Amino acid sequence: MEYNTAIPIYLQVMDAIKRDIVTGRMSPGDKLPSVRDLAVQYSINPNTVSRVYRELEMEHVCFTRRGTGTFVTEDGERVAQLREDMAKDLVQGFLAGMRQLGLTSEEAEELLRRYDTDARQ
Amino acid sequence: MLECNEITKSYGKKLAVDHVTMKLEPGHIYAMLGPNGSGKTTLMKMAVGLVKPSSGEFTYQGNPVDKESRRAIAYMSTEPYFYSWMTASDVGKYYRDFFADFSMERYLYLLERMELTPDMKTKTLSSGMMAKLKIAVTMARKAKVYLLDEPLNGIDLLARDVILQSVIEECTPDAALVISSHLVDELVRIVDTAIFIKEGRLVLMGEVEDFRTQMGKSVVDLYREIYGHTGAEAESEV
Repeated sequence: MEYNTAIPIYLQVMDAIKRDIVTGRMSPGDKLPSVRDLAVQYSINPNTVSRVYRELEMEHVCFTRRGTGTFVTEDGERVAQLREDMAKDLVQGFLAGMRQLGLTSEEAEELLRRYDTDARQ
Repeated sequence: MLECNEITKSYGKKLAVDHVTMKLEPGHIYAMLGPNGSGKTTLMKMAVGLVKPSSGEFTYQGNPVDKESRRAIAYMSTEPYFYSWMTASDVGKYYRDFFADFSMERYLYLLERMELTPDMKTKTLSSGMMAKLKIAVTMARKAKVYLLDEPLNGIDLLARDVILQSVIEECTPDAALVISSHLVDELVRIVDTAIFIKEGRLVLMGEVEDFRTQMGKSVVDLYREIYGHTGAEAESEV
């Protein structure tokens, strides 16, 4: 994984895990790797992984069972909401960029349709 | 666990290390940052007792560092230190004879990860392969403190990933690990604490995330501020 030095690493790794959950690469109730294994997988500090798991737990995206590990939430609604939240962030970022170009939401929507090449094919 | 108090080393009139005080704790990975010639190597050598301080001292678990503490401290120097007739396998045996905490099994595993074979002769290794061999043999020890001096120097990007991964893999929560480098970008993701050394002095030491929350700065920002250039630029100067 490529890291952006302007953003804290734990946020970037949290985002990657959320993406895996939202896209179904990880299912509700799946066990996440141990702290050490995830640290090796992402080449990051084990303390950062602990932080990632702690934050994901606080957001109810994951939960920890004492002694057995960290798991993806079993709450399907939470996963659906996570997808909605991530989509919202992307859309808001997109609209903010469009506004900086002096375009209205309607104009942005129009452009979105025009350049959505996948949908036209 | 490993600390120094006002430690100083002078070579003639030049102060290589100038009144440095710091404390290393288990469970942390430290980046010791600074351009070449800032005193990082001298500091590490004093920590293992290879260089005698002009004043002050390093202590390990409260006792001055000596031969005894070297059993618990694994140090990887920048200069090669194997006999030219040795194969990678001989290097492992050599370490096994010296260090009780050396695991031949881990060493062979690490060699494989680094894409090296036990029968390779050290004198035929490229500088990148030699760097990987040094890491493998050092990390195959189950030490309490690892001091790695410039492990990423002269190594291509792909090999850097393998090296950093192996380092994380072998580093247990009861060990402290120090990596010196002028390549700040490569290190930020694996370290939790940064130590900035400039002209022999410790100018700043702290946790990477604290720099961000308290100063709003990344380690890369701070590196640029302290040394006036980025690690990447420093590398191209070498």
